[in-house]
Parts: sequence; C-alpha cells; structure tokens
Amino acid sequence: MKSHYGIYGGQYVAETLLPTLHELEREYEKAKKDPEFRAELEHLFKHYIGRESPLYHARRLSQHCGGAQIYLKREDLNHTGAHKVNNTIGQALLARKMNKKRLIAETGAGMHGVATATVAALFGLECEVFMGAVDIARQAPNVERMEMLGAKVQTVTTGSQTLKDAMNEAIRDWTARSEDTFYVIGTVAGPHPYPAMVRDFQSVIGLESRRQCLEQCGKLPREVIACVGGGSNALGIFVGFLQDAPQVNCVGVEAGGHGLDTGIHAASICGGRVGVLHGCKTYLLQDNDGQIRQTHSVSAGLDYPGVGPEHSHLADEKLARYVAVNDPEAVEAFHLLARLEGIIPALESAHALAHAIAVAPSYSPEDILLVNLSGRGDKDMENIRRYHEKTQQKNPQ
Amino acid sequence: MKNRIEKIFDRCRKEKRAALILFNSCGYPDMESSERIIQGAIDSGADIIELGVPFSDPMADGAIIQKASQIALQNGATLKKVLAMAERLRLRNPDTGFILFSYFNVLLNYGLEALTEELERIGIDGILSVDLPFEEKEELEPLCHKRGLHLIPLVSPATTPQRVRLITSQTTGFVYYVAVRGITGVRSELPRELLARLSEISGLSPIPVVAGFGISSPATAHQIAQHARGIVVGSAGLRLLFGEKPLEERIADFKAFVQSLAESLCLDA
Repeated sequence: MKSHYGIYGGQYVAETLLPTLHELEREYEKAKKDPEFRAELEHLFKHYIGRESPLYHARRLSQHCGGAQIYLKREDLNHTGAHKVNNTIGQALLARKMNKKRLIAETGAGMHGVATATVAALFGLECEVFMGAVDIARQAPNVERMEMLGAKVQTVTTGSQTLKDAMNEAIRDWTARSEDTFYVIGTVAGPHPYPAMVRDFQSVIGLESRRQCLEQCGKLPREVIACVGGGSNALGIFVGFLQDAPQVNCVGVEAGGHGLDTGIHAASICGGRVGVLHGCKTYLLQDNDGQIRQTHSVSAGLDYPGVGPEHSHLADEKLARYVAVNDPEAVEAFHLLARLEGIIPALESAHALAHAIAVAPSYSPEDILLVNLSGRGDKDMENIRRYHEKTQQKNPQ
Repeated sequence: MKNRIEKIFDRCRKEKRAALILFNSCGYPDMESSERIIQGAIDSGADIIELGVPFSDPMADGAIIQKASQIALQNGATLKKVLAMAERLRLRNPDTGFILFSYFNVLLNYGLEALTEELERIGIDGILSVDLPFEEKEELEPLCHKRGLHLIPLVSPATTPQRVRLITSQTTGFVYYVAVRGITGVRSELPRELLARLSEISGLSPIPVVAGFGISSPATAHQIAQHARGIVVGSAGLRLLFGEKPLEERIADFKAFVQSLAESLCLDA
C-alpha cells in the first residue's frame, strides 16, 4: 500500500505507535481482499446506511443561477446525516475483525463523533469521543446524540480546544491503550494507513455518482465540487473522476473564513505551508516558528489547520484545483438551497455549493456541475442564528 | 577521536554509574529563567540535557510537558531563542551533552539544512525528533551525519527485537527506551516486565540504551540504573517548577531533586 503521495503523507508518529500502525496496515490489507469483509460492508452500506444515495438535479437552484445544471450527491440522506458513516462502518468492521473492544474518535462538528458512536452501538463496542470544549459549546445537539448512543464524550481543554486538540488527545489515548482500542480517524489525514483507508471507504461516493451521472445525463460533469476540511468527502468523490481529467475538473473548496488575506480562515492549501502534523506531511496553517495557528470557519467541520496529504499532492500536481469560499458566501448558499430546493445543507457542504453557485453562470445549460452535499444542516441551526446575530444580517426572505 | 556523548558514557562507566539525562522544556516559565534552570540541572549533576523546544501540539507528551510548552510559547519561546540559549550554555559547559529535542514540524519549519549547520556551529551533540520514526528519518539523517550530529532514536515496549536491531544498528550516540508504554508523564509504579525488557534491549543494541518516561524518584532511578547506561527524567523534575512558591524556591527544589537523582545512579557492587 502506498504510504506517501509525492512528498506528502508518511508516518510521523512516535516509535510507540509504529508497531500498532504496522499491524493496522497488515489487517486492512487482508480485509480489503477478503470477500466476506467486502460483502458485509456492502450489506451494511445498503441496509444500514441506505446507500446508494441519490443524485439529485437541483432544477430551481440551477435556474436561479442561470447556466450549468447543478446536481447534488445526497450524502446528507445517509443514516446519521452525513458521509462520515461510510468510513466509520468500514473501520468498525475492521476493529471487530482485530478483536478490539473499544473505539475512540476525535470530532469537531460532532458528525464523525456521532457516526462513530452509532457504529459502536451497532457492534456492541465501547466508545469514547474526544471533543474540544469550544466545539462542545457550539455543537451541543451532537454531544447529546453521542451520549444517547452510549458514547462517552471527553471534553478537551488543551490548546485551542477544537478539532486539532481533540485529535492530539485521541492520539495520546491510543498510544497508551492500543492493545484493546481502535482509533477511528474521521478524515483522510493522520499517519499511514489512515489516509488511504478512509479514502477507500469514502470512494463509494465517487463510484456511485459517476455511474449515476452517466445514467441520468448521459455525460460526465464539467466540475466535481466538494468542501475540504480534512477532505474525506472530497477525496471520496474525486476518486471516481480523477481518471476523467481534463474533461472533468475536481474542485476542493476550503474554508476562507473572514478571507484569505485576513489570516482568519481554515484554508490549509490556499493559505498554508508544508509541514508535519498528526502523523503526516501536508499543507498546514502555521506561524513563522512552525507553531500550528488558530483557525476559523463558520463551520466547525472545516475548522482544522491541516488537510489530507493526498489533497496536498493533487494540488501540487494540478490534478485537482483548490479554492476558498468565505463565511458569508457559504451562509448565503445555505439559505438559498433551503429556500429553493427544500434542503438544509450542512454549513460545510454549503461551501461547495457556494462555489457551484458562483461558477454556474459561466457554463452553458448543457453543462453539469456535480456538488457533493456531504451532510445535512440540522446541526447548524444554532450556529446560523448566532452568525446572524453577530453580523446583524437578516435571513434572505 | 571520541565524540562528546561517547566520552560521557565512558566516564560514567569508569565512575560505575549510569548517566543522568535531563529533559527540560525550554522557555518555561520564560527564556531567561529557563537558562538558569538548565544551568542548575548541570550544576546539580546532569550529564546530558535534552533541550525541549516547545510545540503547539505535543501529541506524545503528558499533561505537565503540554502545560509547560503552552506557557513557554505564550511567553515567546522560539527555536531561534533556544539556539541562542544553547550557544551560551555550551560555552559555559564544554563537557555537557546537549540534544535538541522537538517535534518534526518545528525543525522542518526552520530548515533542516540550516538547522543542522547551526547545531554543528554551536556544538550541539544531536537531535531527537519525537515524531520522526525510523521510516521517516531519511530527510534528516544524512544531514545529521554530514554535520557530526547524532540522530537519537526511540524504542518502546512494543518494538519487536528485529526492529530494535534494525533501529540501533543504524545509529550513533544512544538509543532512548521509552520505558512505560504510552506518552510521557509521571508514574508512581514501574511495570514489572520493564527491567527484563530493558536488559533484553541493551543486549540487542550496539550503542548505549537509556531509559525514560515515568521515572519519578531516586529509588526507581537507582533500580533502572542497574539495567541501563542512563536514565532520562523529564516530567518529574518539571513538576517541581510549577506551583505557588516563589520561582527561586522552586528552582532550589528542582536542583535538590536533580542532585538526589544524580547520587542515586551508582551501580550496586
């Protein structure tokens, strides 16, 4: 299995974890080739998650934008409300195969935490989720959901008390307890084999949507657009289309926060430099001394100072394009989709939508833009209310 | 000619004791005090100092080092300032071993070529990058060799004998055995299998094995010293530098602790 993507990726962890990573890599290689494992995964994808998820032609949104036809890959319709569960189900199956009794996870917005707590309940495993105190305050409903599912939510009060600190704490826990514990990483970052493993589990998004697009439209999209925090939903959908370049452009949308020039954002590729964090070499937001910087995004799920190493490689090689969308545009897209299509998207996914809305007019009505609607927005009600209070904007009526 | 680290271990062997290696969070509580603390450790009997450069995300460290790192960063600690301090410490302490200890991002960000050149110029003996395992060392190791720097590896209880051989056969200086599985921090009890495993690893390694992570008292230090060429103490010393007492009293407690450790490392007849 490939452990590096160009200069990116790798296994930058203390020696204490290396034997554990080697074991995980061996077991995952075995599982990948095991027909029983694959069959069970496919069974759960279909009957538990509710795959395949629809590809939906957003007609009113397309008309409103004028130009390309916008199609939405409805990962928001998955059980638990986001793409995250595609990956947690795969990793939980692997954990069970490796006889681990306990799942741990880091979470920012709480969606990965919920998806991990869900599969822990399904497989009868113990579950502990690490979550920064700041995120706990802004994502309270997801904390309740995790607890409802039987997981223990550990409040992380170190550092910036957000996703990166939750990940530090999860790695510390795993280092001390890897005999009985499986660390379920929620994105295509972390040390090898995680970036490859999470991409593989999420690749179902890209494989389905390419086939659906050909079936429904008889042709491929001009752009495949997805939001990028760590980048698992983006890589999952890109994987289905990378072979189709340059006819199809893969576009990753990072969180521009208050704007790239303000420094208050979470756009690691658009506004960062190469470094090493959480076990991999990748683009990072860091200061002049190599200390990890505070990040900002209106969406907690994109509020991470790094990005999956394969994205860094795709960016350098120009195999995918990365842009940033700022908070106001994402919030506007959020409202627009709710009003025009009756779909409330996650604020994370709203970043991808905002890019599609911006570029749609430059295409002709025969062209297709495919947006990965990675999650639903129920969790964001309180966030949106607070955002408008702060900015004193009114909801568009 | 023997290098400084080899000479230190030779000297300790002659004196029938293990070497005392002290980890210090540089810049805690601030750069100026930190320099006095490290000098105090040397004056109290530390043979080798691990100069811990703080990182914002110290994922292999326990609560005490995390807290010290955070305070050091708030008070303006940087790798550049640590290097300037190291240069002054080297001039005053020609025989002490100095190992730069940090997370890889801090080193990478400085520039590995420039860093290793600077370390050679100052007279630092080596680098320990806690998140740079055997698999990833290629980027740094050739530069270390070019500059006569040791790249100190870690081994852990989970490291297989084959892997211990692989790691230790390709390195110089010493190898750091992370004695208690997991992250750094203070533990009151040592796991039983530790001493047996330590002897096994010492038998496999052509270079000195030092043991650390979790040593909290002269009594445990003495016990481990019978099976390792050196002991590493970090959190236990650092803990004494926290608290409500005036800083001078805390430093005095710290120095007394280091001295008690240094005196506990003699080999039983």
